[in-house]
Amino acid sequence: MSGAFYLPEGMPAPEPAADGLDAAFWKGTRNGELRVQRCGQCGTWQWGPEWLCHQCQSFDMRWEKVEGRGIIYSWERPWHPVHPVLREFGPYLVVMVELPHAGGVRMIGNLLGPVGQEVEIGAEVEAVFEPHDEAPVPYTLVQWQHVS
Amino acid sequence: MTGVTQRRNGIRGAVAVAGIGETTYYKHGHAAESEYVLALKAILRAAEDAGIDPRDIDGFASYSNDRNDPSRIAAALGIRELRLANMHWGGGGGGVAAAIANGAAAIVAGFAECVVVFRALAQGQFRRFGEALPDRAVTGDAAYLSPYGVLSPAQKYAMRATRFMHDYGIGNDALRAIAMASYNHAQRNPRAIRYGRPLDRQTYDESRWIVEPVNRLYDCCQENDGAAALILVSAERAKDLPKKPAYILAAAQGSEYRSAAPALNSALMPTASFSTVAPRLYEAAGLTPADIDVVQSYENFTTGVLMAIVEHGFCSPGEADEFFTLENLSAPSGRMPLNTSGGNLAEGYVHGLGLQLEAVRQIRGDSSNQVPNAKLALTIGGPMVSPVSSLIMGSEETLL
Repeated sequence: MSGAFYLPEGMPAPEPAADGLDAAFWKGTRNGELRVQRCGQCGTWQWGPEWLCHQCQSFDMRWEKVEGRGIIYSWERPWHPVHPVLREFGPYLVVMVELPHAGGVRMIGNLLGPVGQEVEIGAEVEAVFEPHDEAPVPYTLVQWQHVS
Repeated sequence: MTGVTQRRNGIRGAVAVAGIGETTYYKHGHAAESEYVLALKAILRAAEDAGIDPRDIDGFASYSNDRNDPSRIAAALGIRELRLANMHWGGGGGGVAAAIANGAAAIVAGFAECVVVFRALAQGQFRRFGEALPDRAVTGDAAYLSPYGVLSPAQKYAMRATRFMHDYGIGNDALRAIAMASYNHAQRNPRAIRYGRPLDRQTYDESRWIVEPVNRLYDCCQENDGAAALILVSAERAKDLPKKPAYILAAAQGSEYRSAAPALNSALMPTASFSTVAPRLYEAAGLTPADIDVVQSYENFTTGVLMAIVEHGFCSPGEADEFFTLENLSAPSGRMPLNTSGGNLAEGYVHGLGLQLEAVRQIRGDSSNQVPNAKLALTIGGPMVSPVSSLIMGSEETLL
């Protein structure tokens, strides 16, 4: 599978929290769906996941499928490897993507494409699902690329 | 402060730092002694500096989950009675000023009479902060960050700083000035790990990226082994002790609305988390930034210092390029002398407690980079984390 992933194999793998808080998010990405928490009582969007709504304190938090589009809110290009599998890898690009249609929540992912590309805050990006089917607990990451 | 009702401030001038102590600062993994022994030695040196019998210490305050249990230390030192064992929640240096504030508050409340604030780190014995754990699986917050290579503090906080500097068009020269001020000050401080190892403009500019576009090598704190401690007593008692007291005038801790929202979703993302803490500090002190003589601001990264200083009102974001110059930040005569010991970047990294000791030295008048006649020192702990804290110390004449 090497080459199918943005970062090398052996990076930490996400697993749903043992208490079930975010199982629906990771189930969604397996099916190519981006889901964000939304309050069933007051409609407030929320990310990262929590057990209750920070606006009205209702525990009626639901998962809503949202369009995988957003704008770059911030970015970085880490060079110094802090994980063993990154040691021979070189720099990579990370973006923080704001989802205006989901209350402006922000998600972290890698920006696909050349690592040396110029990154502009405000640029439009779209989600690209990156499945890791061979992992002990299969999972799918959400990556981003510029809207063509 | 005309027209503003001053916030009730029960610690103002009631408690003073009577003694400070630290061990040698070592490169990480180079301490010959265990973290616990480092803690003991720093505490004993602070007691000696204060001119007190270490057995008279009756309280402990620390932060960042310091591993050295006060009950064990109390037994080891033969402390007569343990009255306070206070741990402040939160990681990094966010609790450094808060730990002092908590110790001072305990003295004012009558819970304890002689509190030692301490922090010890031996990253060779334990683990480094800047390296990821070799975990294969991650859950919770880390599940949204680690798989994408956002693993270290530098990588988490660069997102805040990149956006802040973008919003206000601030250039990286401001960061270089912060780094160079610390290194320049360290050249006159023999305690400093970087003593004898100056940093020039070219070396900074050519240093490698840790996280582009905001963290070069010299923008990042060191990771060290060492320990530091300071002794708090009531103002009345401090007057009878040998060293000139550094009085605690005001302190504030906390963070703004949803500062620590999961997955880096802070409501005010491009901040260092002081937007509510700093105004509360000045209000409690009845002071303004213009009154402050010298500033010790925790450097996890130079970006954190930049944002924390702006949030503490020394300049607006739009003025940052002009304000953050080596000249302005340098003792003795800069506009705002900053990190006069060399700080976490160049003196030693014990989660910022060394910077608090340096504030005490400035008030005493015996810093190796003394700001002439310094009467008011501001200390800032833990930019970009939650909770953060800051504090103002003053000399006796500021109590009037």
